[in-house]
Amino acid sequence: MAGTSSDRASFAQATWLVAEREMKTFVSSKGFWIGFLATIAGLFALTVLPTAFGGGAPLVAAVGSAVHAVQGKQLDVREVADVQAAADLVRADEVEAAVVPDGSGIRVLALNDPPNDVIRQLVAAPPVELLDPAAVDSGQRFVTVLVFGLVFLMFGMGGAAIAQSTVTEKQTRIVEILVSTVPVRALLAGKILGHVLLTFGQVLVLALAAPIALRVAGLSELLAVVVPALGWFVPFLMFGFVLISSMWAVAGALVSRQEDLGSTMGLVMLAVMGPYFGVQFFFDNPAVLAVLSFVPFTAGVAMPVRMFAQQAQPWEALVSLGLLAATVVVILLVAARLYTGSLLQTGARVKLSRAWAPAE
Amino acid sequence: MLTVRGICRSFGDHRVLDEVSFDVRPGRMTGFLGANGSGKTTTMRIVLGVLAAHGGSVSWHGKPVTPADRPHFGYMPEERGLYPKMKVREQITWLGRLHGVDRTTAQRNTDQLLDDLELTERAGDRLEQLSLGNQQRVQIAAALVHDPDVLILDEPFSGLDPIAVETVLDVLRKRAANGVPVLFSSHQLAIVERLCDDVVIISKGRIAAAGSREELRDRHATARYEIVVAEDAGWIRDVPGTTILDLDGPRAVFEHEPQRVLAEAVRRGEVRSFTPVVPTLDEIFKEVI
Repeated sequence: MAGTSSDRASFAQATWLVAEREMKTFVSSKGFWIGFLATIAGLFALTVLPTAFGGGAPLVAAVGSAVHAVQGKQLDVREVADVQAAADLVRADEVEAAVVPDGSGIRVLALNDPPNDVIRQLVAAPPVELLDPAAVDSGQRFVTVLVFGLVFLMFGMGGAAIAQSTVTEKQTRIVEILVSTVPVRALLAGKILGHVLLTFGQVLVLALAAPIALRVAGLSELLAVVVPALGWFVPFLMFGFVLISSMWAVAGALVSRQEDLGSTMGLVMLAVMGPYFGVQFFFDNPAVLAVLSFVPFTAGVAMPVRMFAQQAQPWEALVSLGLLAATVVVILLVAARLYTGSLLQTGARVKLSRAWAPAE
Repeated sequence: MLTVRGICRSFGDHRVLDEVSFDVRPGRMTGFLGANGSGKTTTMRIVLGVLAAHGGSVSWHGKPVTPADRPHFGYMPEERGLYPKMKVREQITWLGRLHGVDRTTAQRNTDQLLDDLELTERAGDRLEQLSLGNQQRVQIAAALVHDPDVLILDEPFSGLDPIAVETVLDVLRKRAANGVPVLFSSHQLAIVERLCDDVVIISKGRIAAAGSREELRDRHATARYEIVVAEDAGWIRDVPGTTILDLDGPRAVFEHEPQRVLAEAVRRGEVRSFTPVVPTLDEIFKEVI
């Protein structure tokens, strides 16, 4: 039997085998499905619910001649005999407001607050002309920033699975078998590849689900704006994820036990949280947002948001994507060295300088 | 043949291995003996390339071992570990493929090994659901699934009950019989004595003795003899120049003047046995370290 084993797995094969195992392990865990389904549910809730709850014309009671004033408006009118009956309905909270005759005009009765949606229907708005109309109103922009940020945050934090998987290998010492079998770089590459593919799959599902959710919510105009932005968000998210993944892998390789993982995760968490909070705080400040959109760590959210708000030209996005890709290459090289230098060191947390040092 | 020559390694100022040299010959089970902390595991990790040597070389078929050779090695590390949440069969097959074996062969080898190691019933269980002894068998399977050209096993028998030891022994012997060099460390001298063809004894990072079991015995043979006669053997103490070490009725162990004692015994009556006393591995071990 000796010597019958076929040739050694190539680097690519080894990488793929590692990636395959990572994906299988991850997909077969309950946590993965719970998180993923919750995200999809959240996406639908965020887009559909406001329309569902806010929908429908306000219900008003109308008396006598006031009925003419409310006819033809977007109001659900209920005719009642007199002002007293109308006021009772308002007090009983059965209608939002009552429209009653007041001399030659009308008067609106309401309970605590002026019923703005009713009033808006009853007054003639002056014509408005926008000299430089924004393609996206600020409310829509806010929702988009929130969603892009959250998705980035979710997948960025999801990369922690790479750190956990690395620590598991160190903790169980299977790493000795792995390292004696395949190049350490193949291990690292496989882990990142596996999780990138998983993330890509999830992003793809979300990217397909988002337009459906918007259509269900009746926000088709928003759809036309979101789709091109999604097109930018996906590549930025993927590159950003590789960047963060390699950092997660190093965070895992530096410690030997799950319990110690917290001590090395700080910097990575910062790289994940940074873009999220940065963009949440500064999305109304085009200058800061422009800077953030070129910093590789924040570009993942900032640039797609700028593209969505039509604040940036496609060439800007391409430059930023190029910068991000270059950073990914550098970080990957650094991470590969740190990963190699720390993977077989067990015991206390490995200092970065020691992981970086050439092997003894 | 796997050749280890002049391997040195220090951790800080502490020299753990000092000019360690030995051979692991094809088709032979080589026992690697040493007290705790004597350098067995460090040596094995260097052979597998998990740890770098500070000097010396490891060669396979006369050429320095390269990373391309190592997937053809089978390794069982001292600190056991496989993926706790991965299913047994899936895990072994995966490790086989990682070692460069195609999927079909890996699956076939896995099933055969699980059968040989009496684990077929547990094939679909996650590793963490198995008892420690069974996990250890899975670990053996993991080291063998790719039909390795060399086997390096660190304490393969520790933690196994006597029946499991026999099962694992059978599996390993089969490999050795097929021409695979097998190096295994152990502190259970009785097992090594029964099992190994060659012995390497390491003490404080230096090779204290190495060779075939017979060579070692001859080299460390003492001038002691055991004689069993029909009647009481007490008369031996009167033979000039002889010292009795142990006397138990008709059986005696003595040193010096064997021919004179034998002649006298024959003259006195029946001699039931007369043999030079062969040192046990235990005795050799205690002597050399």
